Amino acid sequence: MSDQGSNGVPLLKAEGIYKGFGAVQALSDVNLTLPAGQVTAICGDNGAGKSVLIKCIAGIHQPDRGQIYWEGRPVRIRNAREASLLGIETVYQDLALSDNLDIVQNMFLGRERVRHRILDEDDMERAAAETLAALRVTTVQSIRQPVGSLSGGQRQSVAVAKAVMWNSKLVIMDEPTAALGVTQTTMVLELVRRLRDQGLGVAIISHNLNDVFAVADRIAVLHLGRMVVEQEASTFSRQSVIEYMTTGGLGLTEVGAHLMNQETKNGEG
Amino acid sequence: MAKVDPGSSAHEVQTTTTAVGPTASPEAECTALVPPAVVAQSLRDYMHGQTLRIRGGESGVLPVVLGLVVIVIVFQSISPHHVFLSAGNLVNLFLQSIQFMVFAMAEIFALLLGEIDLSIGYVGPVGAVIAVQLVQPATTNWPWWAAIIVALFACALIGAVQGTLITRLRLPSFIVTLAGLLIFNGVLLITLAFGPFSGYPSLSGSQSNVHALYDLMWGHVSPLAGWIILVVVVGALGGGMFFRDLRRRRSGLVAPPLALTFLKVGFMAAVGVLVVIICNLNRAASGILEGVPWAVFIVLGVLAAWTFLLQRTRFGRYIYAIGGNPEAARRAGINVNAIKTWAFALCAFTAGIAGILYASYLGGMSNNVNGGQLVLYAVAAAVIGGTSLFGGRGKALHGVLGGLVIGGIYNGMYLLGLAVQWEFIVTGLVLIGAVTIDSLSRRGAALGSARP
Repeated sequence: MSDQGSNGVPLLKAEGIYKGFGAVQALSDVNLTLPAGQVTAICGDNGAGKSVLIKCIAGIHQPDRGQIYWEGRPVRIRNAREASLLGIETVYQDLALSDNLDIVQNMFLGRERVRHRILDEDDMERAAAETLAALRVTTVQSIRQPVGSLSGGQRQSVAVAKAVMWNSKLVIMDEPTAALGVTQTTMVLELVRRLRDQGLGVAIISHNLNDVFAVADRIAVLHLGRMVVEQEASTFSRQSVIEYMTTGGLGLTEVGAHLMNQETKNGEG
Repeated sequence: MAKVDPGSSAHEVQTTTTAVGPTASPEAECTALVPPAVVAQSLRDYMHGQTLRIRGGESGVLPVVLGLVVIVIVFQSISPHHVFLSAGNLVNLFLQSIQFMVFAMAEIFALLLGEIDLSIGYVGPVGAVIAVQLVQPATTNWPWWAAIIVALFACALIGAVQGTLITRLRLPSFIVTLAGLLIFNGVLLITLAFGPFSGYPSLSGSQSNVHALYDLMWGHVSPLAGWIILVVVVGALGGGMFFRDLRRRRSGLVAPPLALTFLKVGFMAAVGVLVVIICNLNRAASGILEGVPWAVFIVLGVLAAWTFLLQRTRFGRYIYAIGGNPEAARRAGINVNAIKTWAFALCAFTAGIAGILYASYLGGMSNNVNGGQLVLYAVAAAVIGGTSLFGGRGKALHGVLGGLVIGGIYNGMYLLGLAVQWEFIVTGLVLIGAVTIDSLSRRGAALGSARP
């Protein structure tokens, strides 16, 4: 895995992205940088455009205007398959796992290895076990157990392992901890750190500021379809992120601070 | 902006109970849902795991096997002169069950997708009429094998057309195939009317080409050939299992305990030996009639082919994936529409095999086909055998076991001299029992996954 975050060319760079749905302008002139070896948290209130933005990167949506650069090259990502060919994998909130299939079958779904047109189960099982071991996902009893029998955190881990299996360089996660309890959240956040330590770029959508500050190296905040700030996580305080999320950053001026406090209350409701 | 953040709260309900970490979870509760064969290190482990699994609702084929045992005990004790377990009746029972088995194996392709195909009750018989008509010496006089191939491809084409309507136009399979049931009832009558047979093309007569179709059900191999085939089949399957386990152990993967494999192969051999012994007894009232019927090998052939297709190929894996979570399958890049269409084609193709066997059993075709009943028995047999109506769970083997249950009830009721209404009622009750088991086991599994 290359670590280009430090030497200039970011893994992925989106510039001037516009995306509208009918009368609704979901994204306006959004810039986003996702460096390798770093976790970027994408924050924003409901309707800020977080999901639309990552879907533009993942190939689900086509931006109306704007350009995406992958390792410095301008690219057009027309569908999920093209995204994964580049090395972009997305873990959606609903995880997209089949409960009736086992862990190995889920991890290889759609990309099964075959020998003489017969599924090469042993080979797939070995590769799946290696990936899970590298991510230190060790709590599952057997990688041949159906995914329906796993806990929420284990399911999330399988979904992440499925995403990184394919030499992916960028993993996008949509609310990875939204449905999890405390212990399982810790487990998934550790997994995110491990991905970063292996040199992958990670983008996380999250509402949960605890999670954001626990893992993020960088924070990008969207407000009503505009990117209002994108900086090192250490430059933020919890309060400032909330201000950006709810007011779009007007609150940084002395005059706005008063207004913003009121809006914060409304925004959290 | 409603599009943004789809269902950010919808999933919160699902797993909020899982706050306890997986490492802290009690071992026994987890074990209940893991297939014991993949974790057990010894036969004892396996038995223990299997017991937990059954208690947890994942009963597998156990209910249907127990059901078969009950049927055998009940009918053997109350049938006149205890004729139920006589060699002649058991072979007869098997031949009667074949239509249910093969129609059920056809239906399983649709059920695995979470869909249903109601049309096979008449699509299969239409295939049968095509085959029976084509071999008639008075008209087309085709060789029997060509007639079968054309009939089966006609069925597959019908299935593909229905599958296309279901996938491309997004019509519900229930309605499309219900229409198919009506349409092909009509087509059946039209195809029957061809030729100078006044609607009753028959497979009787001494002409060897016609007789080949009749022999599908009524022909049999010599007693010695039965033994040879048994040794070859059990040897190949058993050897394959041992070889696979050996290879897995060598490459450091978990393999089922050796004793378990021995037990499985031994069980398979015992059943095979029993079947061959029974079939090799003279079952004729006068003269000699002995040997394993061809139909046994045809059913085993279909079972082997579809088991291989469903368990060992990408196509089969995709059918299970679509039945389990169509959205996940779509996102994994699987061409869901194409797989579904092929599955409906294979469903109708298999129904064609069932139809031809049905025609062979009856010695011809007539308008006296109750396709509605055939398809309902097919669904019933698949579900009784352990296939889920909700998609994603089931095997070709379930069709064979469920078909035996229905055939057993049919045969036993007939021996008792009970009228057909009692057969319907008992079969209906068995079906309710089977669906209850399916539903309870699903609920058990759902509760299980809510646990950490």
